[in-house]
Amino acid sequence: MAHFTKATSLHDWLNQRLGIDTLNRVLATEYWIPKNINFLWAMGMILAITFGLLLISGIFLLMYYQPNIDLAFDSVNYTIMQEVGYGWLWRHVHGVAASVVFLIIYIHMFTGIYYGSYKKGREMIWISGMLLFVAFSAEAFSGYMLPWGQMSYWAGMVITNLFSMGGLHLDGLVEWIRGDYVPAQAFLNRFFMLHVLLIPLAIIGLIGLHFGALRIPHVNNQDGEEIDFDAEAKKYLAGDKANSKVIRFMNDFLAKDMMVVGIFLILFFYLVFYHYDFAMDPVNFDPANGLKTPTHIYPEWYFLWSYEILRPFSTNVGLIAFAFAQVIFFLLPFLDRSPNAVPASRRGLFKYWFWAMLIDMIILTAMGKVPPEGIFSAIGFYAAITFIGLWIALPFITKFEKKV
Amino acid sequence: MGKAFGAVAGVGAVASLYAMKRSWDPLPSVKAAGFTTLDMSQYKENELVVEKWRGKPIFVLKQSKEMLESYDKNMSQITGKSTAEMDKKRLIKVGDDYFLICVGLCTHLGCIPGYNPDEKSFLCACHGGMYDDTGMVTKSPPPRGLDIPPFKVDGMKVVLGETSPEYEKMLADGITLKV
Ligand code: HEM
Ligand code: FES
Repeated sequence: MAHFTKATSLHDWLNQRLGIDTLNRVLATEYWIPKNINFLWAMGMILAITFGLLLISGIFLLMYYQPNIDLAFDSVNYTIMQEVGYGWLWRHVHGVAASVVFLIIYIHMFTGIYYGSYKKGREMIWISGMLLFVAFSAEAFSGYMLPWGQMSYWAGMVITNLFSMGGLHLDGLVEWIRGDYVPAQAFLNRFFMLHVLLIPLAIIGLIGLHFGALRIPHVNNQDGEEIDFDAEAKKYLAGDKANSKVIRFMNDFLAKDMMVVGIFLILFFYLVFYHYDFAMDPVNFDPANGLKTPTHIYPEWYFLWSYEILRPFSTNVGLIAFAFAQVIFFLLPFLDRSPNAVPASRRGLFKYWFWAMLIDMIILTAMGKVPPEGIFSAIGFYAAITFIGLWIALPFITKFEKKV
Repeated sequence: MGKAFGAVAGVGAVASLYAMKRSWDPLPSVKAAGFTTLDMSQYKENELVVEKWRGKPIFVLKQSKEMLESYDKNMSQITGKSTAEMDKKRLIKVGDDYFLICVGLCTHLGCIPGYNPDEKSFLCACHGGMYDDTGMVTKSPPPRGLDIPPFKVDGMKVVLGETSPEYEKMLADGITLKV
C-alpha cells in the first residue's frame, strides 16, 4: 500500500488520494496550445457548451414530456408551452441549440479540412469527430420524432423506409426497426429511449474519445507548422513566455476561448428569445396523421445536402449515392494523398477543391429545400454529380501536389 | 484458459444479442390486429376512398366502364394481345365490378399519393412519382406499382390481411410484392 501522511489541507488530502495536481498538470496547466491560432479554434468549445445546453434543457423537457402517441403532441405543445412555468424557454433553447449545433459542427469540420488538421497523427481526431457527427445526426432525428407532429411522423416513415434498401425490399427490417407496420407506439417509445439515453451516452463517450485523441498530437495551428511542444514548453516554463510558441490550456487559452463562447452565447440567446421560429417547422404544429401526407416533406436544414444527393436519382442509384455521401467524409485522411498539412491556400489544386466542395454543399442544401421541379431538379442533379466527382478526384489531385 | 473464456463469452454475447433483437420485434398483439373487412357495395365509380389496414392507408377505387376500356387498351398495347384476352390483372373482381384495392403508400419512400379523378392518375408530391388508375407506375422514381394487400373476396365483402388463391396468383405473377 502506498504511503499516506497526515494531510496538511483539504487539497493535500485529495491530492494524496486522487493525484489532482498531476491530473491538473497533464490535462490543463501543462496541456500546451499554440499561440498561432484564431477564433475558428474556439468552435470545439462552443460545441461542448451547446451540448451542455441541450442536456440541461432536455432534462427539464423530460419532466413533462409523455412518450405516448395520444399524449405526446399535447404534452409538448400545450403542457410544456403553455402550462409549465418557463417551459417555453426550455423548448426554445432545446430547438434552437439542436439547429445551431449543426451550423457550428459544419464550421468546425470545414476548419479542419482547410487547415489539414486530419493528418500526420491527427487521424483519430477526425474519425472520432465524424462519429460525433453521426451520433448527433441520430440524436437530432430521434428528437424530431418526439413531438409527434405531421413532420415527425412522415420523416419517420420516409427515413425508416430507406432501410428497405430499395431493390432489396427488406421490408421485414423496416418493420423490425419500427416495431410495427407503420410508425406507432412502439416506434415512438424506442426512439424516445434512444433520444434521452442511449445516444446521449454514446455522445458523452465520443466526446471523451475526441478530447483524448487531441492530447498527444495537440491542436494544429494556422500555418500547419510542426511545433516541438517539449522544447517550447521548456522555454515557457523557464520564463521566456514571449518567445515560446505555446501557452497553457488553462487559464491562458481558456480565457480567450471563453471570449468567443461569450459572443456566441449572446447571439444564441438572441435567437432563443426573438427568432426561435426558424428552428420550429410550422408543419409540425399539426398532430401526426397516418392518412395524410404533407404536401412537401423535407428534413431540417442540416440534412438537406445529403437528402438532395438522394433525390434526383432512381431509388437504387439514389440510395447508393446517399450511402456514399454518409461515409465518405470518414475517409478524408486516407483519400488525401499529399503529405502537406498546411492551409488549403498553400496547397495548389486542393485550394480549389476545398472551395468547390464548400460551395457545392451550400448549393445542395439550397436545392434540397425547394420542390424538385424544372430547373431546380437539374441544378440539384449536377450538384450531386459534382459532389461525387470531387471525392473521386481528391486522391489524384493530392497525389500530384508539390511538397511544401 | 483464454480460449475457454473466449468461447463462454462468445456464447453469452450471441445469446444476449439474440434477446435484444427479439425485444425489438413487433409485438404479437401488433401482428394479430391485422384484419379489415370492406363492404364493396358502398363505393362509387372513379371516386377514391381511403380505408385503413394495419395503420396503413388503403386505396379503394371502383373502376368505371370507361376506365376499364382504357386499361384494356393500354395493356393490349404493351402485351400485343387483343383487348378481349386481357384479364384485369391488377384489379379485383367483386360481383360484376372491378376494383383497385392497394396500399396507399408510394413504393418509393412511402408518401401518400393524391388521386386526380379528371386525369385518372395518382401523383406523389414527395418526389414527383405518378401512377395510373390501376396503380401502375407511369413516372419514376417509384420502382414498382402500388402494392396490393393480401385479400379474400367473400360475396360482396373483401377481407384484407387474409390470403386467397386470387392473391397468391398475383404474387406468383409478380403483379405485387408481399406486404
Ligand atoms: C441528453 C440530452 C437530451 C435530452 C434529455 C433531450 C430531451 C428531449 C425531449 C424530452 C424532447 C421532446 C420535447 C420537444 O420536442 O421539445 C426533445 C426534443 C428534441 N431534441 Fe433533444 N434531448 C437531448 C439532447 C439533444 C441533442 C444533442 C440534440 C441535437 C443535436 C437534440 C435534438 C432535439 C430535437 C431536434 C428535438 C425536437 C424539438 C422540437 O420539435 O421542438 N436533443 N429532446
Ligand atoms: S415517396 Fe413518392 S415519389 Fe418518393
